[in-house]
Amino acid sequence: MEYFLIIISAIFVNNIVLAQFLGICPFLGVSNKLSTATGMSGAVCFVITLATLVTYLINKFLLVPLHIEFLQTIAFILVIAALVQMVEIVLKKTSPSLYSALGIFLPLITTNCAVLGVALNVVTKQFTFGGEAHFLNLGESLVYAFATSLGYGLAMIIFAGIREHLSLSEVPKSFKGVPIALVTVGILAMAFMGFSGMVK
Amino acid sequence: MAAKSSLINMVAVLSLTCLLCSAILGGAYALTKEPIEKAAADKTSRSIALVVPEFDSLSEEKAATLDGKEYKYYEALKGDAPVGYAIVSSAGGFGGDIVLMVGIDTAGVVCNTSVLSHSETPGLGAKCTSDEGFMAQWKGFDPSVKILSVKKDGGDVDAITASTITSRAYTEAVKTAVEVFKSLRDEQ
Amino acid sequence: MSSKARLILDGFVKNNPTFVLLLGMCPTLATTTSAVNGLSMGLATLFVLVLSNMAISAIAPIVPDKVHIPVYIVVIATFVTLLQLLMQAYTPAVYETLGLFIPLIVVNCIVLGRAEAFASRNGVIASAADGLGVGLGFTLALTVLGAVREILGSGSIFGWKFISGDGMLAFVMAPGAFICLGYLMVLFNKYLKKE
Repeated sequence: MEYFLIIISAIFVNNIVLAQFLGICPFLGVSNKLSTATGMSGAVCFVITLATLVTYLINKFLLVPLHIEFLQTIAFILVIAALVQMVEIVLKKTSPSLYSALGIFLPLITTNCAVLGVALNVVTKQFTFGGEAHFLNLGESLVYAFATSLGYGLAMIIFAGIREHLSLSEVPKSFKGVPIALVTVGILAMAFMGFSGMVK
Repeated sequence: MAAKSSLINMVAVLSLTCLLCSAILGGAYALTKEPIEKAAADKTSRSIALVVPEFDSLSEEKAATLDGKEYKYYEALKGDAPVGYAIVSSAGGFGGDIVLMVGIDTAGVVCNTSVLSHSETPGLGAKCTSDEGFMAQWKGFDPSVKILSVKKDGGDVDAITASTITSRAYTEAVKTAVEVFKSLRDEQ
Repeated sequence: MSSKARLILDGFVKNNPTFVLLLGMCPTLATTTSAVNGLSMGLATLFVLVLSNMAISAIAPIVPDKVHIPVYIVVIATFVTLLQLLMQAYTPAVYETLGLFIPLIVVNCIVLGRAEAFASRNGVIASAADGLGVGLGFTLALTVLGAVREILGSGSIFGWKFISGDGMLAFVMAPGAFICLGYLMVLFNKYLKKE
Protein backbone atom coordinates (compact mmCIF):
# COMPACT_ATOMS: atom_id res chain seq x y z
CA MET A 1 0.00 0.00 0.00
CA GLU A 2 2.73 2.39 0.95
CA TYR A 3 4.62 1.74 -2.26
CA PHE A 4 1.44 2.45 -4.17
CA LEU A 5 1.09 5.80 -2.38
CA ILE A 6 4.72 6.67 -3.09
CA ILE A 7 4.20 5.97 -6.78
CA ILE A 8 0.99 7.99 -7.11
CA SER A 9 2.44 10.83 -5.07
CA ALA A 10 5.67 11.00 -7.05
CA ILE A 11 4.09 10.76 -10.49
CA PHE A 12 0.98 12.90 -10.13
CA VAL A 13 0.64 14.83 -6.87
CA ASN A 14 4.20 16.07 -6.50
CA ASN A 15 5.16 15.88 -10.15
CA ILE A 16 8.83 16.72 -10.35
CA VAL A 17 8.49 19.25 -13.17
CA LEU A 18 5.06 20.70 -12.63
CA ALA A 19 5.00 20.92 -8.85
CA GLN A 20 8.63 20.76 -7.71
CA PHE A 21 10.27 22.71 -10.52
CA LEU A 22 13.17 20.35 -11.03
CA GLY A 23 14.74 19.60 -14.39
CA ILE A 24 13.12 22.50 -16.20
CA CYS A 25 16.04 23.29 -18.54
CA PRO A 26 15.99 19.99 -20.44
CA PHE A 27 12.22 19.96 -20.09
CA LEU A 28 12.01 23.14 -22.17
CA GLY A 29 15.09 22.33 -24.23
CA VAL A 30 14.32 18.94 -25.75
CA SER A 31 10.54 18.88 -25.76
CA ASN A 32 10.19 20.16 -29.33
CA LYS A 33 9.71 16.69 -30.73
CA LEU A 34 7.96 13.70 -29.27
CA SER A 35 10.78 11.33 -30.23
CA THR A 36 13.56 13.29 -28.51
CA ALA A 37 11.34 13.84 -25.49
CA THR A 38 10.85 10.09 -25.18
CA GLY A 39 14.60 9.49 -25.51
CA MET A 40 15.42 12.04 -22.85
CA SER A 41 12.79 10.65 -20.49
CA GLY A 42 14.29 7.19 -20.87
CA ALA A 43 17.79 8.44 -20.13
CA VAL A 44 16.61 10.45 -17.11
CA CYS A 45 14.68 7.46 -15.76
CA PHE A 46 17.75 5.28 -15.98
CA VAL A 47 20.17 7.78 -14.45
CA ILE A 48 17.92 9.01 -11.63
CA THR A 49 17.23 5.48 -10.37
CA LEU A 50 20.87 4.43 -10.62
CA ALA A 51 22.17 7.67 -9.08
CA THR A 52 19.74 7.42 -6.17
CA LEU A 53 20.87 3.85 -5.47
CA VAL A 54 24.55 4.84 -5.43
CA THR A 55 24.19 8.11 -3.51
CA TYR A 56 21.92 6.46 -0.94
CA LEU A 57 24.54 3.83 -0.24
CA ILE A 58 27.39 6.36 -0.17
CA ASN A 59 25.48 8.53 2.25
CA LYS A 60 24.55 5.64 4.53
CA PHE A 61 27.86 3.81 4.62
CA LEU A 62 30.39 6.59 4.09
CA LEU A 63 29.18 10.08 4.91
CA VAL A 64 27.00 9.35 7.92
CA PRO A 65 29.46 7.07 9.78
CA LEU A 66 32.23 9.63 9.22
CA HIS A 67 29.99 12.55 10.27
CA ILE A 68 30.72 14.46 7.11
CA GLU A 69 27.14 14.90 5.89
CA PHE A 70 28.00 18.48 5.02
CA LEU A 71 29.93 17.11 2.03
CA GLN A 72 26.72 15.62 0.59
CA THR A 73 26.36 18.16 -2.20
CA ILE A 74 29.94 17.87 -3.39
CA ALA A 75 30.08 14.06 -3.09
CA PHE A 76 26.76 13.51 -4.82
CA ILE A 77 27.48 15.73 -7.80
CA LEU A 78 30.83 14.01 -8.37
CA VAL A 79 29.22 10.60 -8.13
CA ILE A 80 26.52 11.61 -10.57
CA ALA A 81 29.01 13.05 -13.04
CA ALA A 82 31.15 9.92 -12.89
CA LEU A 83 28.12 7.68 -13.12
CA VAL A 84 26.83 9.43 -16.23
CA GLN A 85 30.23 9.05 -17.88
CA MET A 86 30.32 5.37 -16.99
CA VAL A 87 26.81 4.73 -18.26
CA GLU A 88 27.81 6.41 -21.49
CA ILE A 89 30.90 4.23 -21.93
CA VAL A 90 29.10 1.01 -21.01
CA LEU A 91 26.18 1.75 -23.32
CA LYS A 92 28.52 2.59 -26.18
CA LYS A 93 30.27 -0.77 -25.82
CA THR A 94 27.33 -3.04 -25.07
CA SER A 95 24.26 -1.63 -26.73
CA PRO A 96 24.93 0.65 -29.70
CA SER A 97 21.22 0.93 -30.51
CA LEU A 98 20.33 2.14 -27.03
CA TYR A 99 23.36 4.40 -27.11
CA SER A 100 22.26 6.03 -30.33
CA ALA A 101 18.82 6.60 -28.82
CA LEU A 102 19.94 7.96 -25.42
CA GLY A 103 23.57 8.86 -26.05
CA ILE A 104 23.27 12.51 -26.94
CA PHE A 105 21.18 13.19 -23.86
CA LEU A 106 23.55 11.64 -21.37
CA PRO A 107 26.09 14.49 -21.09
CA LEU A 108 23.18 16.87 -20.55
CA ILE A 109 21.96 14.88 -17.58
CA THR A 110 24.90 15.72 -15.29
CA THR A 111 23.60 19.25 -14.98
CA ASN A 112 19.96 18.20 -14.84
CA CYS A 113 19.02 19.30 -11.36
CA ALA A 114 16.33 16.62 -11.19
CA VAL A 115 19.02 13.98 -10.62
CA LEU A 116 20.83 15.78 -7.81
CA GLY A 117 17.52 17.04 -6.48
CA VAL A 118 16.04 13.57 -6.07
CA ALA A 119 19.29 12.20 -4.62
CA LEU A 120 19.40 14.99 -2.01
CA ASN A 121 15.67 14.80 -1.28
CA VAL A 122 15.87 11.11 -0.51
CA VAL A 123 18.56 11.50 2.14
CA THR A 124 17.60 14.83 3.69
CA LYS A 125 13.82 14.96 3.69
CA GLN A 126 11.28 13.12 5.76
CA PHE A 127 8.31 11.82 3.84
CA THR A 128 4.80 10.98 4.97
CA PHE A 129 2.92 8.41 2.98
CA GLY A 130 -0.21 7.66 4.91
CA GLY A 131 1.67 7.10 8.15
CA GLU A 132 4.45 8.55 10.22
CA ALA A 133 6.95 11.04 8.84
CA HIS A 134 10.18 9.13 8.25
CA PHE A 135 13.31 8.92 6.15
CA LEU A 136 12.96 6.52 3.24
CA ASN A 137 14.71 3.16 3.36
CA LEU A 138 16.58 1.80 0.37
CA GLY A 139 13.60 0.07 -1.24
CA GLU A 140 11.33 3.07 -0.80
CA SER A 141 14.04 5.39 -2.10
CA LEU A 142 14.39 3.37 -5.28
CA VAL A 143 10.63 3.22 -5.83
CA TYR A 144 10.41 6.95 -5.15
CA ALA A 145 13.25 7.74 -7.55
CA PHE A 146 11.85 5.53 -10.29
CA ALA A 147 8.31 6.87 -9.91
CA THR A 148 9.58 10.45 -9.85
CA SER A 149 11.40 9.90 -13.12
CA LEU A 150 8.27 8.32 -14.58
CA GLY A 151 6.49 11.53 -13.60
CA TYR A 152 9.22 13.42 -15.41
CA GLY A 153 8.66 11.32 -18.51
CA LEU A 154 4.90 11.76 -18.28
CA ALA A 155 5.12 15.56 -18.10
CA MET A 156 7.74 15.64 -20.82
CA ILE A 157 5.79 13.47 -23.26
CA ILE A 158 2.46 15.24 -22.70
CA PHE A 159 4.21 18.57 -23.19
CA ALA A 160 6.07 17.47 -26.31
CA GLY A 161 2.77 16.31 -27.77
CA ILE A 162 1.20 19.70 -27.10
CA ARG A 163 4.23 21.50 -28.48
CA GLU A 164 4.15 19.60 -31.75
CA HIS A 165 0.64 20.91 -32.30
CA LEU A 166 1.55 24.34 -31.03
CA SER A 167 4.30 24.72 -33.62
CA LEU A 168 1.66 24.55 -36.35
CA SER A 169 -0.50 27.31 -34.93
CA GLU A 170 0.06 31.01 -35.33
CA VAL A 171 1.17 32.88 -32.22
CA PRO A 172 2.04 36.60 -31.84
CA LYS A 173 5.69 37.34 -32.59
CA SER A 174 6.79 38.12 -29.03
CA PHE A 175 5.19 34.89 -27.80
CA LYS A 176 7.07 32.68 -30.25
CA GLY A 177 9.25 29.95 -28.82
CA VAL A 178 9.79 29.79 -25.08
CA PRO A 179 7.17 32.29 -23.80
CA ILE A 180 4.21 30.42 -25.28
CA ALA A 181 5.77 27.17 -24.09
CA LEU A 182 5.96 28.51 -20.54
CA VAL A 183 2.34 29.65 -20.57
CA THR A 184 1.37 26.20 -21.84
CA VAL A 185 3.30 24.49 -19.03
CA GLY A 186 1.50 26.80 -16.62
CA ILE A 187 -1.86 25.52 -17.82
CA LEU A 188 -0.58 21.94 -17.64
CA ALA A 189 0.61 22.57 -14.07
CA MET A 190 -2.86 23.88 -13.25
CA ALA A 191 -4.34 20.62 -14.49
CA PHE A 192 -1.93 18.65 -12.29
CA MET A 193 -2.92 20.76 -9.29
CA GLY A 194 -6.16 18.84 -9.38
CA PHE A 195 -4.24 15.90 -7.93
CA SER A 196 -3.10 17.76 -4.83
CA GLY A 197 -4.38 16.48 -1.52
CA MET A 198 -5.02 13.07 -3.02
CA VAL A 199 -2.21 11.38 -1.08
CA LYS A 200 -1.79 12.44 2.50
CA MET B 1 45.04 28.16 -22.56
CA ALA B 2 44.60 25.02 -20.53
CA ALA B 3 47.56 22.81 -19.78
CA LYS B 4 48.15 19.68 -21.86
CA SER B 5 46.61 16.56 -20.41
CA SER B 6 48.79 13.71 -19.28
CA LEU B 7 47.79 10.99 -16.87
CA ILE B 8 50.08 12.34 -14.17
CA ASN B 9 48.93 15.93 -14.20
CA MET B 10 45.26 14.94 -14.55
CA VAL B 11 45.42 12.78 -11.45
CA ALA B 12 47.56 15.33 -9.63
CA VAL B 13 45.30 18.29 -10.36
CA LEU B 14 42.09 16.40 -9.59
CA SER B 15 43.29 15.01 -6.28
CA LEU B 16 44.88 18.32 -5.31
CA THR B 17 41.63 20.17 -5.99
CA CYS B 18 39.58 17.66 -4.03
CA LEU B 19 42.02 17.73 -1.14
CA LEU B 20 42.15 21.52 -1.02
CA CYS B 21 38.39 21.87 -1.28
CA SER B 22 37.66 19.33 1.44
CA ALA B 23 40.23 21.04 3.65
CA ILE B 24 38.54 24.42 3.15
CA LEU B 25 35.12 22.92 3.84
CA GLY B 26 36.33 20.99 6.86
CA GLY B 27 37.60 24.26 8.29
CA ALA B 28 34.42 26.11 7.45
CA TYR B 29 32.37 23.32 9.03
CA ALA B 30 34.35 23.50 12.25
CA LEU B 31 33.92 27.28 12.35
CA THR B 32 30.19 27.31 11.62
CA LYS B 33 29.26 24.29 13.74
CA GLU B 34 28.61 26.30 16.85
CA PRO B 35 26.59 29.12 15.21
CA ILE B 36 24.47 26.53 13.38
CA GLU B 37 23.65 24.69 16.60
CA LYS B 38 22.95 27.98 18.32
CA ALA B 39 20.63 29.11 15.52
CA ALA B 40 18.65 25.87 15.82
CA ALA B 41 18.46 26.15 19.61
CA ASP B 42 17.39 29.80 19.36
CA LYS B 43 14.58 28.87 17.05
CA THR B 44 13.28 26.26 19.48
CA SER B 45 13.50 28.51 22.52
CA ARG B 46 11.79 31.35 20.62
CA SER B 47 8.82 29.17 19.75
CA ILE B 48 8.68 27.85 23.31
CA ALA B 49 8.66 31.37 24.72
CA LEU B 50 5.74 32.15 22.42
CA VAL B 51 3.50 29.42 23.80
CA VAL B 52 4.10 29.07 27.54
CA PRO B 53 3.48 31.46 30.48
CA GLU B 54 6.33 33.68 31.62
CA PHE B 55 9.26 31.63 32.89
CA ASP B 56 12.83 31.93 34.21
CA SER B 57 14.42 28.87 32.73
CA LEU B 58 13.73 25.96 30.44
CA SER B 59 14.33 22.30 31.04
CA GLU B 60 16.36 20.17 28.68
CA GLU B 61 14.49 18.45 25.87
CA LYS B 62 12.54 15.54 27.34
CA ALA B 63 10.55 12.76 25.78
CA ALA B 64 7.15 11.43 26.76
CA THR B 65 5.58 8.25 25.42
CA LEU B 66 1.91 7.96 24.58
CA ASP B 67 0.40 4.95 22.81
CA GLY B 68 3.85 3.77 21.84
CA LYS B 69 4.85 7.04 20.20
CA GLU B 70 7.46 9.46 21.50
CA TYR B 71 6.78 13.16 21.88
CA LYS B 72 9.36 15.82 22.63
CA TYR B 73 8.52 18.34 25.30
CA TYR B 74 10.11 21.10 27.37
CA GLU B 75 9.27 22.26 30.87
CA ALA B 76 9.10 25.99 31.54
CA LEU B 77 10.23 26.67 35.10
CA LYS B 78 9.79 29.63 37.39
CA GLY B 79 12.18 29.18 40.24
CA ASP B 80 12.04 25.40 40.61
CA ALA B 81 8.33 24.97 39.96
CA PRO B 82 7.07 24.24 36.46
CA VAL B 83 4.61 26.82 35.11
CA GLY B 84 3.90 25.16 31.80
CA TYR B 85 4.84 22.59 29.21
CA ALA B 86 5.73 23.09 25.57
CA ILE B 87 4.87 19.91 23.69
CA VAL B 88 5.80 19.14 20.09
CA SER B 89 3.07 17.24 18.28
CA SER B 90 2.02 16.70 14.70
CA ALA B 91 -0.83 15.54 12.48
CA GLY B 92 -1.25 14.95 8.77
CA GLY B 93 -2.76 17.95 6.99
CA PHE B 94 -3.59 18.58 3.36
CA GLY B 95 -0.08 18.80 1.95
CA GLY B 96 1.91 16.93 4.60
CA ASP B 97 2.54 16.95 8.33
CA ILE B 98 1.70 20.01 10.39
CA VAL B 99 4.13 20.17 13.31
CA LEU B 100 3.08 22.29 16.26
CA MET B 101 4.57 23.55 19.50
CA VAL B 102 1.68 23.52 21.95
CA GLY B 103 2.00 25.34 25.27
CA ILE B 104 -0.10 24.04 28.17
CA ASP B 105 -0.07 25.49 31.68
CA THR B 106 -0.08 23.39 34.83
CA ALA B 107 -3.91 23.53 35.03
CA GLY B 108 -4.20 21.89 31.64
CA VAL B 109 -5.33 25.00 29.75
CA VAL B 110 -3.76 25.61 26.33
CA CYS B 111 -1.79 28.88 26.51
CA ASN B 112 -0.88 29.26 22.86
CA THR B 113 0.26 27.30 19.83
CA SER B 114 2.84 27.92 17.18
CA VAL B 115 3.53 26.15 13.90
CA LEU B 116 7.02 24.67 13.62
CA SER B 117 6.61 23.41 10.07
CA HIS B 118 3.86 22.72 7.57
CA SER B 119 3.37 22.27 3.85
CA GLU B 120 -0.19 23.47 3.40
CA THR B 121 -1.48 25.31 0.32
CA PRO B 122 -0.42 28.98 0.27
CA GLY B 123 -3.40 31.25 0.91
CA LEU B 124 -5.64 28.43 2.09
CA GLY B 125 -4.34 25.95 4.66
CA ALA B 126 -1.15 27.99 5.11
CA LYS B 127 -3.33 30.58 6.86
CA CYS B 128 -2.95 28.49 10.01
CA THR B 129 0.18 30.61 10.53
CA SER B 130 -1.44 33.98 9.77
CA ASP B 131 -5.23 33.89 10.29
CA GLU B 132 -5.66 35.98 13.44
CA GLY B 133 -9.06 34.65 14.41
CA PHE B 134 -7.91 31.06 14.07
CA MET B 135 -4.68 31.59 15.97
CA ALA B 136 -6.19 33.70 18.76
CA GLN B 137 -8.75 31.06 19.76
CA TRP B 138 -6.00 28.81 21.13
CA LYS B 139 -5.00 31.35 23.78
CA GLY B 140 -6.65 30.09 26.93
CA PHE B 141 -8.49 27.22 25.23
CA ASP B 142 -9.64 25.03 28.10
CA PRO B 143 -10.09 21.45 26.89
CA SER B 144 -12.04 20.52 30.01
CA VAL B 145 -14.79 23.03 29.08
CA LYS B 146 -14.63 23.19 25.30
CA ILE B 147 -14.61 20.33 22.83
CA LEU B 148 -11.44 19.89 20.79
CA SER B 149 -12.80 19.42 17.30
CA VAL B 150 -13.93 21.81 14.55
CA LYS B 151 -17.48 23.20 14.64
CA LYS B 152 -18.43 21.20 11.56
CA ASP B 153 -17.75 18.03 13.57
CA GLY B 154 -19.66 19.32 16.59
CA GLY B 155 -16.74 20.84 18.49
CA ASP B 156 -15.77 24.36 19.55
CA VAL B 157 -12.91 25.14 17.19
CA ASP B 158 -13.48 27.75 14.47
CA ALA B 159 -12.04 26.34 11.26
CA ILE B 160 -10.14 28.42 8.71
CA THR B 161 -12.46 29.29 5.83
CA ALA B 162 -12.19 26.74 3.02
CA SER B 163 -9.50 24.77 4.86
CA THR B 164 -11.33 22.22 6.94
CA ILE B 165 -8.70 19.51 6.50
CA THR B 166 -5.93 21.79 7.74
CA SER B 167 -8.05 22.96 10.68
CA ARG B 168 -8.92 19.36 11.59
CA ALA B 169 -5.25 18.36 11.50
CA TYR B 170 -4.28 21.37 13.60
CA THR B 171 -6.95 20.52 16.15
CA GLU B 172 -5.87 16.88 16.11
CA ALA B 173 -2.29 17.92 16.90
CA VAL B 174 -3.43 20.12 19.79
CA LYS B 175 -5.56 17.23 21.07
CA THR B 176 -2.55 14.92 20.99
CA ALA B 177 -0.53 17.48 22.94
CA VAL B 178 -3.29 17.68 25.56
CA GLU B 179 -3.27 13.88 25.86
CA VAL B 180 0.51 13.93 26.28
CA PHE B 181 0.11 16.55 29.00
CA LYS B 182 -2.49 14.42 30.80
CA SER B 183 -0.21 11.40 30.77
CA LEU B 184 2.62 13.55 32.14
CA ARG B 185 0.37 14.86 34.91
CA ASP B 186 -0.80 11.38 35.81
CA GLU B 187 2.77 10.20 36.12
CA GLN B 188 3.60 12.81 38.73
CA MET C 1 32.45 53.26 -20.72
CA SER C 2 35.20 51.12 -19.25
CA SER C 3 35.31 47.51 -20.28
CA LYS C 4 34.57 46.23 -16.77
CA ALA C 5 31.44 48.33 -16.48
CA ARG C 6 30.45 47.15 -19.95
CA LEU C 7 30.82 43.53 -18.79
CA ILE C 8 28.57 44.15 -15.82
CA LEU C 9 25.95 45.90 -17.93
CA ASP C 10 25.92 43.13 -20.53
CA GLY C 11 24.81 40.69 -17.88
CA PHE C 12 21.73 42.80 -17.26
CA VAL C 13 20.20 43.11 -20.70
CA LYS C 14 22.09 41.61 -23.60
CA ASN C 15 23.12 38.42 -21.81
CA ASN C 16 20.38 38.39 -19.20
CA PRO C 17 20.59 34.82 -17.92
CA THR C 18 16.87 34.42 -17.38
CA PHE C 19 15.15 36.28 -20.17
CA VAL C 20 17.68 35.84 -22.98
CA LEU C 21 19.85 32.83 -22.24
CA LEU C 22 17.09 30.84 -20.50
CA LEU C 23 19.50 29.45 -17.92
CA GLY C 24 18.80 28.48 -14.34
CA MET C 25 15.09 28.03 -14.87
CA CYS C 26 14.49 25.78 -11.88
CA PRO C 27 15.35 28.21 -9.07
CA THR C 28 13.80 31.01 -11.11
CA LEU C 29 10.44 29.31 -11.06
CA ALA C 30 10.61 27.59 -7.70
CA THR C 31 11.84 30.29 -5.34
CA THR C 32 10.03 33.37 -6.63
CA THR C 33 6.90 33.06 -4.52
CA SER C 34 7.63 36.54 -3.15
CA ALA C 35 9.97 39.42 -3.97
CA VAL C 36 12.13 38.77 -0.91
CA ASN C 37 12.50 35.07 -1.71
CA GLY C 38 13.50 35.86 -5.29
CA LEU C 39 16.01 38.43 -4.08
CA SER C 40 17.58 36.03 -1.58
CA MET C 41 17.93 33.27 -4.16
CA GLY C 42 19.46 35.76 -6.60
CA LEU C 43 21.99 36.97 -4.05
CA ALA C 44 22.90 33.39 -3.07
CA THR C 45 23.61 32.59 -6.71
CA LEU C 46 25.53 35.85 -7.12
CA PHE C 47 27.79 34.88 -4.20
CA VAL C 48 28.67 31.53 -5.74
CA LEU C 49 28.98 32.95 -9.23
CA VAL C 50 31.49 35.67 -8.35
CA LEU C 51 33.64 33.48 -6.13
CA SER C 52 33.70 30.47 -8.43
CA ASN C 53 34.38 32.68 -11.46
CA MET C 54 37.38 34.21 -9.67
CA ALA C 55 38.74 30.89 -8.41
CA ILE C 56 38.33 29.19 -11.75
CA SER C 57 39.98 31.98 -13.72
CA ALA C 58 42.92 31.76 -11.32
CA ILE C 59 43.41 28.00 -11.65
CA ALA C 60 42.39 27.59 -15.30
CA PRO C 61 45.93 27.77 -16.77
CA ILE C 62 47.15 24.80 -14.76
CA VAL C 63 44.09 22.57 -15.17
CA PRO C 64 44.55 19.87 -17.80
CA ASP C 65 41.98 20.11 -20.54
CA LYS C 66 40.48 16.64 -20.15
CA VAL C 67 39.58 17.02 -16.50
CA HIS C 68 38.54 20.65 -16.51
CA ILE C 69 34.80 19.97 -16.06
CA PRO C 70 35.17 17.80 -12.93
CA VAL C 71 37.64 20.30 -11.44
CA TYR C 72 35.25 23.20 -12.10
CA ILE C 73 32.36 21.26 -10.59
CA VAL C 74 34.36 20.53 -7.44
CA VAL C 75 35.28 24.22 -7.11
CA ILE C 76 31.67 25.31 -7.59
CA ALA C 77 30.37 22.67 -5.18
CA THR C 78 32.87 23.88 -2.58
CA PHE C 79 31.53 27.42 -2.71
CA VAL C 80 27.96 26.15 -2.64
CA THR C 81 28.65 24.07 0.48
CA LEU C 82 30.38 27.06 2.04
CA LEU C 83 27.27 29.11 1.32
CA GLN C 84 25.07 26.37 2.81
CA LEU C 85 27.08 26.35 6.04
CA LEU C 86 27.09 30.15 6.32
CA MET C 87 23.37 30.42 5.66
CA GLN C 88 22.52 27.69 8.16
CA ALA C 89 24.56 29.55 10.75
CA TYR C 90 23.53 33.14 10.17
CA THR C 91 20.29 33.21 8.15
CA PRO C 92 18.54 29.94 9.09
CA ALA C 93 15.08 31.25 8.19
CA VAL C 94 16.11 32.11 4.63
CA TYR C 95 17.90 28.79 4.31
CA GLU C 96 14.74 26.96 5.30
CA THR C 97 12.60 28.85 2.78
CA LEU C 98 14.91 28.26 -0.16
CA GLY C 99 15.56 24.69 0.95
CA LEU C 100 16.74 22.28 -1.71
CA PHE C 101 17.48 25.04 -4.18
CA ILE C 102 20.59 26.21 -2.34
CA PRO C 103 22.54 22.95 -2.87
CA LEU C 104 21.10 22.84 -6.38
CA ILE C 105 23.07 25.98 -7.29
CA VAL C 106 25.79 23.45 -8.14
CA VAL C 107 23.84 22.32 -11.17
CA ASN C 108 22.61 25.77 -12.11
CA CYS C 109 23.75 25.99 -15.72
CA ILE C 110 24.55 29.69 -15.29
CA VAL C 111 27.44 29.01 -12.94
CA LEU C 112 29.13 26.25 -14.94
CA GLY C 113 28.26 28.09 -18.15
CA ARG C 114 30.08 31.27 -17.08
CA ALA C 115 33.03 29.23 -15.84
CA GLU C 116 33.35 27.53 -19.23
CA ALA C 117 32.56 30.45 -21.46
CA PHE C 118 34.24 33.29 -19.62
CA ALA C 119 36.26 32.59 -16.50
CA SER C 120 38.43 29.88 -18.07
CA ARG C 121 39.84 32.31 -20.63
CA ASN C 122 39.91 35.66 -18.82
CA GLY C 123 41.70 37.26 -15.88
CA VAL C 124 40.55 37.19 -12.28
CA ILE C 125 39.21 40.76 -12.17
CA ALA C 126 37.38 40.52 -15.49
CA SER C 127 35.86 37.22 -14.35
CA ALA C 128 34.71 38.78 -11.11
CA ALA C 129 33.07 41.60 -13.09
CA ASP C 130 31.40 39.09 -15.38
CA GLY C 131 30.15 37.08 -12.40
CA LEU C 132 28.84 40.23 -10.78
CA GLY C 133 27.05 41.35 -13.95
CA VAL C 134 25.42 38.01 -14.69
CA GLY C 135 24.64 37.49 -11.01
CA LEU C 136 22.98 40.89 -10.76
CA GLY C 137 21.03 40.24 -13.95
CA PHE C 138 19.82 36.96 -12.45
CA THR C 139 18.98 38.62 -9.14
CA LEU C 140 17.06 41.38 -10.90
CA ALA C 141 15.05 38.89 -12.96
CA LEU C 142 14.22 36.81 -9.88
CA THR C 143 13.24 39.84 -7.83
CA VAL C 144 11.00 41.19 -10.60
CA LEU C 145 9.35 37.81 -11.11
CA GLY C 146 8.96 37.41 -7.34
CA ALA C 147 7.48 40.91 -7.03
CA VAL C 148 4.96 40.32 -9.84
CA ARG C 149 3.88 37.01 -8.34
CA GLU C 150 3.63 38.51 -4.87
CA ILE C 151 1.58 41.49 -6.10
CA LEU C 152 -0.84 39.29 -8.04
CA GLY C 153 -0.86 36.32 -5.71
CA SER C 154 -0.77 37.80 -2.21
CA GLY C 155 -1.64 41.44 -2.79
CA SER C 156 1.57 42.61 -1.18
CA ILE C 157 5.04 43.77 -2.17
CA PHE C 158 8.21 43.00 -0.19
CA GLY C 159 5.91 41.83 2.58
CA TRP C 160 3.93 45.09 2.68
CA LYS C 161 0.26 44.33 2.13
CA PHE C 162 -1.75 46.82 0.07
CA ILE C 163 -5.07 45.02 -0.21
CA SER C 164 -6.97 43.26 2.52
CA GLY C 165 -7.79 39.63 1.92
CA ASP C 166 -6.24 37.35 -0.63
CA GLY C 167 -4.78 37.91 -4.05
CA MET C 168 -5.13 35.50 -6.92
CA LEU C 169 -3.70 32.47 -5.21
CA ALA C 170 -2.80 30.61 -8.39
CA PHE C 171 0.09 33.03 -8.86
CA VAL C 172 1.98 31.95 -5.75
CA MET C 173 1.48 28.33 -6.72
CA ALA C 174 3.21 26.37 -9.45
CA PRO C 175 1.10 27.35 -12.50
CA GLY C 176 1.51 31.07 -11.75
CA ALA C 177 5.28 30.72 -11.87
CA PHE C 178 5.26 29.42 -15.43
CA ILE C 179 2.61 31.83 -16.67
CA CYS C 180 4.21 34.93 -15.08
CA LEU C 181 7.64 34.08 -16.45
CA GLY C 182 6.13 33.51 -19.90
CA TYR C 183 4.45 36.90 -19.93
CA LEU C 184 7.50 38.70 -18.50
CA MET C 185 9.55 37.18 -21.29
CA VAL C 186 7.07 38.50 -23.84
CA LEU C 187 7.43 42.02 -22.42
CA PHE C 188 11.21 41.68 -22.37
CA ASN C 189 11.25 40.53 -26.01
CA LYS C 190 8.96 43.32 -27.09
CA TYR C 191 10.55 46.31 -25.37
CA LEU C 192 14.11 45.58 -24.28
CA LYS C 193 15.72 43.07 -26.57
CA LYS C 194 17.48 44.73 -29.46
CA GLU C 195 18.42 42.72 -32.46
